[in-house]
Amino acid sequence: MPEPNISLAQVEHVARLARLDLSPAEKQRMRSQLDAILGYVAKLRAVDTTGVPPTAHVLPLVNVMREDEVRPSYPAEAMLANAPEPEGELFRVPKILEE
Amino acid sequence: MTAESYEVVVGLEVHAQLLTRSKMFCGCAAGFGAVPNHQTCPVCQGMPGVLPVINRRAVEFGIRTARALHCRINASCRFARKHYFYPDMPKNYQISQYEEPLAEDGWLEVDADGMSRRVGIQRLHLEEDVGKLTHEGGIFESAAASLVDFNRAGVPLLEIVSRPDLRSPAEAAEYLRILRAILRYLGVCDGNMEEGSLRCDANVSLRPLGASELGTKVEIKNMNSFRHVRAALEYEVERQARALDQRERLVQETRLWNPDKGQTLSMRSKEFAHDYRYFPEPDLMPLEPAPGWVAAIEAALPELPRARRRRFVEQYGLPPYDADLLTADRALADFYEEAVRLHPNPKALANWVMSELLRELASDAAAVAASPIRPAHLARLVALVDDGTISGKIAKDVFERMARSGEDPDTIVRREGLTQVADEGALAAVVDQVIAANPAAVADYRKGKKQSVAFLVGQVMKATQGKAHPQLVNRLLTQRLPPA
Amino acid sequence: MDWTGLTVHETLAALRRRAVTAPALVEAYLARIAALDPTLGAYLHVSADAARAQAVAADERLRGGDPPRPLEGIPLAIKDVLCTRGVPTTCGSKILAGFVPPYDATVIVRLLAAGAIVLGKTNMDEFAMGSSTENSGYHPTRNPWALDRVPGGSSGGSAAAVAADLAAAGLGTDTGGSVRQPAALCGVVGLRPTYGRVSRYGLIAFASSLDQIGPITKDVRDAALLLEAIAGHDPMDSTSADSPVPDYQAGLDQGVHGLTLGIPDEYFGAGLDPEVEAAVREAIATLERLGARPRRVSLPHTEYGVAAYYIVAPAEASSNLARYDGVKYGHRAAGAKDLVGMTARTRAEGFGAEVKRRIMLGTYALSAGYYEAYYGTAQRVRTLIRRDFDRAFAEVDALVGPTAPTPAFKLGEKTEDPLAMYLNDVFTIPAPLAGVPALSVPCGFSAAGLPIGLQLTGRPFDEATLFRIGAAYERASEPRRRPALEGVR
Ligand SMILES: [Mg+2]
Ligand SMILES: [Zn+2]
Repeated sequence: MPEPNISLAQVEHVARLARLDLSPAEKQRMRSQLDAILGYVAKLRAVDTTGVPPTAHVLPLVNVMREDEVRPSYPAEAMLANAPEPEGELFRVPKILEE
Repeated sequence: MTAESYEVVVGLEVHAQLLTRSKMFCGCAAGFGAVPNHQTCPVCQGMPGVLPVINRRAVEFGIRTARALHCRINASCRFARKHYFYPDMPKNYQISQYEEPLAEDGWLEVDADGMSRRVGIQRLHLEEDVGKLTHEGGIFESAAASLVDFNRAGVPLLEIVSRPDLRSPAEAAEYLRILRAILRYLGVCDGNMEEGSLRCDANVSLRPLGASELGTKVEIKNMNSFRHVRAALEYEVERQARALDQRERLVQETRLWNPDKGQTLSMRSKEFAHDYRYFPEPDLMPLEPAPGWVAAIEAALPELPRARRRRFVEQYGLPPYDADLLTADRALADFYEEAVRLHPNPKALANWVMSELLRELASDAAAVAASPIRPAHLARLVALVDDGTISGKIAKDVFERMARSGEDPDTIVRREGLTQVADEGALAAVVDQVIAANPAAVADYRKGKKQSVAFLVGQVMKATQGKAHPQLVNRLLTQRLPPA
Repeated sequence: MDWTGLTVHETLAALRRRAVTAPALVEAYLARIAALDPTLGAYLHVSADAARAQAVAADERLRGGDPPRPLEGIPLAIKDVLCTRGVPTTCGSKILAGFVPPYDATVIVRLLAAGAIVLGKTNMDEFAMGSSTENSGYHPTRNPWALDRVPGGSSGGSAAAVAADLAAAGLGTDTGGSVRQPAALCGVVGLRPTYGRVSRYGLIAFASSLDQIGPITKDVRDAALLLEAIAGHDPMDSTSADSPVPDYQAGLDQGVHGLTLGIPDEYFGAGLDPEVEAAVREAIATLERLGARPRRVSLPHTEYGVAAYYIVAPAEASSNLARYDGVKYGHRAAGAKDLVGMTARTRAEGFGAEVKRRIMLGTYALSAGYYEAYYGTAQRVRTLIRRDFDRAFAEVDALVGPTAPTPAFKLGEKTEDPLAMYLNDVFTIPAPLAGVPALSVPCGFSAAGLPIGLQLTGRPFDEATLFRIGAAYERASEPRRRPALEGVR
């Protein structure tokens, strides 16, 4: 586990990955708070996990599947009722600069 | 041709939309063509609180394809979340598979430049499709806004990743053609590239002949037809070769094929390196396909194109070319075999299918399913020719009528009275009239001009509108004409 | 007679013998909410009309129409993290302001089918991230026992509503302690069921591998009643177990004689408030008097729980919250000229500080180069914590300890120090990491009159034993108290 010492550049990179528009003040606060939390988390380094499998699920279930059956879809108006900017039966989004 | 001094290294990433009834993780219908956002529900629209449930048939289709491509089905596989923001992706992550895919390490036999090679299949995994974006004004660059339709979101996709074993654009196109035929034979994908149910991305790199390490890899997207795949790869190979000749550094990037310009164009804005942050999908449990299930799926695999082609040559004595044409599409091959079963004249039926039928279908073999002409009708038509009921020439007209009306040949022949006149009494009368009406020809015959018989036969045929049985007419004439 | 003071089973009896009608009962609760909730802030949305309509339907059956159902006419408070068709569901976040789900969570479907009535949606820490309900995007909730203190969190609204008799019972969700800790701080009963026992379909995800829905009630019998109504396999949730749901009320009177109770050394270390320790030790003594055999056990990896949790939960949260992008539902920032700007602004405006912090933390932990070091390690530590429990449960029938290290703290006391807030979850975090059930029952009060909670942890799918122990302790301890709210206006 790396020494927690988050740089402002890292905060900005992560904020970009997370699509969060943070103010300069927020970035500074975020940097120090992430540092503190990761500093605490670093105690995990003391645990010997060699040969220990990761737990992704606490339940031992496998092969949970459904049959390939068509169920009625929802009416378009119900699915668009919460849309910030519906256009006809479509969801409108602002200009996409990135492809 | 500077490309000759390099070895071309191509790997293909194919996404196949599976022909399941419902979507990958919800019960919405998977078929397309519906009005925008009429085939969605909270699950496939990624509403707060929803959970996915795996479609068993999608897994079955994955296993079926994997075994047809000689892949190992992993004893355990799991789904993972792939993260990136894009408005056509409802959850802003795609449920896919990452470290533990459904199947790995297979191969596909490809014939190119006269020889057959095994192209490695690296992995095969299941994932969900995204929705569709349309851009106001139709053009992405100039659009002031875009519109999202989530009907396609959640449709099951099978991703098939080849190893970088392909050595030319032609070979890549051939690999794709064979893969498509197999997917259609397996009934897991309709293979329609124009409609996007079969999509292909390519990784292309060049290296100096003999070099062992790979060159800079460039990813090509947006090739939505076989023609485009080949053209895009040829363009890209040339582009890279030229760059390497001029000692330019190639950048690892994604380029879009622009069919209008006939060029691959760099996707500039991709400079922000993606970090997909994969992690095991906590909402889905791992899959451990039971060996019995896999065995049953494998046992039910249909005969695949190569094997069927070989069998057509051996069993029906067809030339390889004919066998190839007849087995290119499963529906056409099924049509042919059904017809042969009903009337065992393989060669004649092969000719009818390849010439008349394919012309009728405008060479779209897949359209045979919808054709008004049924295997039984074609078999019967050839039978009528073979037993002399109608002439080959008449048969062509009958075929036209069958294609238009969908009627069986017997009905048409009976109604139009197209059977050959094989009634000796009736014909004899006509023959006598013709002899009486053509003394000159008869005289020539006496003088030894044997060919004048042909003229008299023609007259009889004319008098019977081509329905007279030629051999019979010949016999009757020679009987009646006194020897010289 | 004030019907709002009754437990669910007492209310059921009153309704059945027609001592009170469902409509009258609902009016009584609505009146009490109108009087007290402006001060307490337990509810985000009160669905009075729907509740009244449901009450009329319940009354039909109770007046001898169709036979009454298990929870016929029982008014409940539902945490706003659960989707309710046609009723606003915000998850305590501005980013879901105005969101009205077109579907009901499975637990809501089951409660309505059992005849229960939904009074409204309760306040919570935004996206269930917090231990004080101060992270609500709307308003804080006050602790009915001390109005200047927090009710705990994240299910603080449901816990406060039940403690203040603003509902007969409620539902909360528990990811790292969000049902048990507020139950403890508000002096009510709270159960975190075994992971997979209750369907998560319609529960707005925070950390998918940890989230569970659980009842918050006035006594243990009510918790058993509610669990029976909501538990069971759901084909809509691939992580829901298909093991049968037992009759949880059957064993309530069995007593604890012959049961072995593990007392984890690690649950009585530094940081545990002396008053809390004294109350818990006293409760253990009571259980021993009732015939249980206490035994010291060790859960050596307990101290790593919080660290592992604050990697796993934020990582999953960063993924689950990616869908809030201003495209399909909820808030959209105004005036953005391009998509990336719109989404980044929408999320900046819609999410509160704690949610942003956890999204950042989780995104970082999953990002290239850090995944194995953080997420990988945390998932392995999770395995070790599960093994601690397995080892303990080979020797004992249940574990007994404190639910929270301290009684309710003051509003604003820990908001500036996230880490201090996180450490409040030290005793509640191990159960979710291991997927085992845990029950918090009231075990007395501090000198200042603040409730203290006793936590019982059990084997997977053995909620019955927890109810059995909880009920026995309840019978042996002083009768249930109600906070003095009469002055509040
Ligand atoms: Mg893919
Ligand atoms: Zn759907």
